[in-house]
Amino acid sequence: MYCLIGAEVAIFVIFIVAYLFYVGKTVSGPTPAVLHAPLFFSVCLLSSSWTIHRAVAALRRGQASSFARWWLTTIVLGALFLGGTGREWQHLIVDEGLTIGTNLFGTTYYSLVGLHAFHVTMGLIALTTVSLLALFGHVKQEHAERVDIISLYWHFVDVVWIVVFLVVYVVGR
Amino acid sequence: MSTADSLGSPETRTAPRPLVDTVHGWVTTVDHKRLGILYVLFGLTFLLIGGVEAAIMRIQLIRPLNDFVSPQVFNQMFTMHGTTMIFFVAMPLLFGFANYLVPLMIGARDMAFPRLNAFSFWLTAFSGLFLYFSFVGGYGLYGAGSAPDVGWFAYAPLTSKTFSPGHSTDFWTLSLLVSGFGSIGTAVNIIATVLCMRCPGMTLGKMPLLAWMNLVMAALVIMALSPLTAAQLMLMADRYLGAHFFDTQAGGSAAIWMHFFWVFGHPEVYVLVLPAFAFASEIIPVFSRKAIFGYPVMVAATLAIGFISMSVWAHHMFAVGMTAGANTFFVLSTMAIAVPTGIKIFNWLATMWGGKIYFKAPMLFCIAFLFQFLIAGLTGVMMGSAPFDWQLGGSYFLVAHFHYVLAGAIFFALFGAFYYWFPKVTGRMYSETLAKVHFWLFVIGFHLTFDFMHVPGILGMPRRIYTYEPGRGWGIWNFIVTIGVLFQAAAVLAFLVNLVRSSLRGKPAGSDPWDAWTLEWSTTSPPPEYNFGSIPEVKSRRPLWDLKHPEDPDWKYE
Repeated sequence: MYCLIGAEVAIFVIFIVAYLFYVGKTVSGPTPAVLHAPLFFSVCLLSSSWTIHRAVAALRRGQASSFARWWLTTIVLGALFLGGTGREWQHLIVDEGLTIGTNLFGTTYYSLVGLHAFHVTMGLIALTTVSLLALFGHVKQEHAERVDIISLYWHFVDVVWIVVFLVVYVVGR
Repeated sequence: MSTADSLGSPETRTAPRPLVDTVHGWVTTVDHKRLGILYVLFGLTFLLIGGVEAAIMRIQLIRPLNDFVSPQVFNQMFTMHGTTMIFFVAMPLLFGFANYLVPLMIGARDMAFPRLNAFSFWLTAFSGLFLYFSFVGGYGLYGAGSAPDVGWFAYAPLTSKTFSPGHSTDFWTLSLLVSGFGSIGTAVNIIATVLCMRCPGMTLGKMPLLAWMNLVMAALVIMALSPLTAAQLMLMADRYLGAHFFDTQAGGSAAIWMHFFWVFGHPEVYVLVLPAFAFASEIIPVFSRKAIFGYPVMVAATLAIGFISMSVWAHHMFAVGMTAGANTFFVLSTMAIAVPTGIKIFNWLATMWGGKIYFKAPMLFCIAFLFQFLIAGLTGVMMGSAPFDWQLGGSYFLVAHFHYVLAGAIFFALFGAFYYWFPKVTGRMYSETLAKVHFWLFVIGFHLTFDFMHVPGILGMPRRIYTYEPGRGWGIWNFIVTIGVLFQAAAVLAFLVNLVRSSLRGKPAGSDPWDAWTLEWSTTSPPPEYNFGSIPEVKSRRPLWDLKHPEDPDWKYE
């Protein structure tokens, strides 16, 4: 998983480099000034790192119900974040008229944030799969190590969001 | 069956299994040895295809104003030749060897993730088939042939919808995207295997150099293939979603594609050449009857190459026009990478120095590898200085240089590896006579083609032209270059005949025909499915030496 994360980091680095390279080079259309930092949803995503950590810790101690609670909270927080991204995009597309083809800002913004949202989606699918398995009683204490690997991925998604957030909403503006 | 034989089981011959069963067994296999063989067979098939494409180009260029193929077909040929040779010949062959050898050499029973391994192979296989589907798919069905024709590095804006309508570039992008996923999967697997599956006693410092170099190679794959994947995603967004990453009309940059591509492209050279180093580092000591000279330095040099190779990419772009600062940096880093590479060459020479050298086919190929890699490196240093590159970058001199690396170094080492491990994989000896025929024909053909290819480059012949005017003085050189192809084709034919004939009718090889020292030779040939009856324990870098010479074991000195 660490290797896979290494590969993922490299992919994100390229997209971030592209974003930074093109910052301020947009010739027409909306600029990063139209963005509003999605603080609430970012807090959702970042706190989900903590909840998934609690979930795995609970599983390690063999507390199944506590594990399920924290795990489901993580899914809800992740879904909230994804919903937030969706709303933001809807606002940008409908109200600001910014799409991936509008200008360079649209291209780099949607691809970078979209790449991250894609990873959140994959993470949610993995989390949901585990919760379905747990529902049928297939996730036990001895599986803590495997579940931990998924949490590793989830932490990675969160850390990437910190970077993307800084790049897009702080530096890029 | 081999399993039964090796265990000395009394049952003699069972009825041959039906073909369907055999095919099913190979298609669904997760055994690292079978996947390794599949990789190699896949690579060899595409080697033939890529070779035919090269031959078509050379026939077209044999004399001025030739009209063997149209310019359009010529463009498709060099694009497909380059893409095929890098992604579907060299990488599968090297991954195949890594798959087969790494677990055996570190005393493991399989790779860390056998199913991921199979998945990666099939991704690679289908992406290769997909690329070639472009000849018949898309508009090809109407006889238009829509194979990619944008060059193997597909510079923007040539790849945009405007200049590359239809689906040819999409075939290229998608195929490389998918094969990239396959390569990353294999790389993850190799790293996990080497780090977690070594047998007891095998510390990192006692690991065979082949495992070390494949470890670094896998790390490079992860760092290099991922940017390519990202760049392909961007290109697809450009082509399908109307994004503007590389769209110069909307303020996008064509140069950033070059950066993204070469951030992959240069480490890729080391992805390919490190396994070649690995073969040489295993073969040369065995046929010199000496332990490798300077093992720790070899490891350090490998790591140094890995690190430096990440910071040399823009030496492919001197002619694009960068700032003086960038030029200086990339010239210096390019010069710097020659140092660890030079260290390796001296270490191999020092291994041979004073050794009792056996000139068998694997060793012959490795010696040729040493010479040719040296020359490739020297022209590399020449091209690495920006002013020289301004003059000759994009000429046939450059083409000759990188073919010296890819064919002269990597393929020679690969052929050496083929002969060296052939007895292990098939359980039979190859024919030494045919192997020598292969070697000499290939040496002659290689030098005819690629030595003389430097000359038209110096005389100003640019790469990728489909024909040229008479009276430029290029004709005779191109003629010689094309003649060399004949020898190379004959050599490859001898190689294939040898492989097929010897695997069917060769003499039984026994488990250790070379009196070698690494763990793969301690098990039967071919190895049973579980590799080792009991997991071996090692005390030194040459466990089999210790076993054969209990009176003077290596671990006393290491």
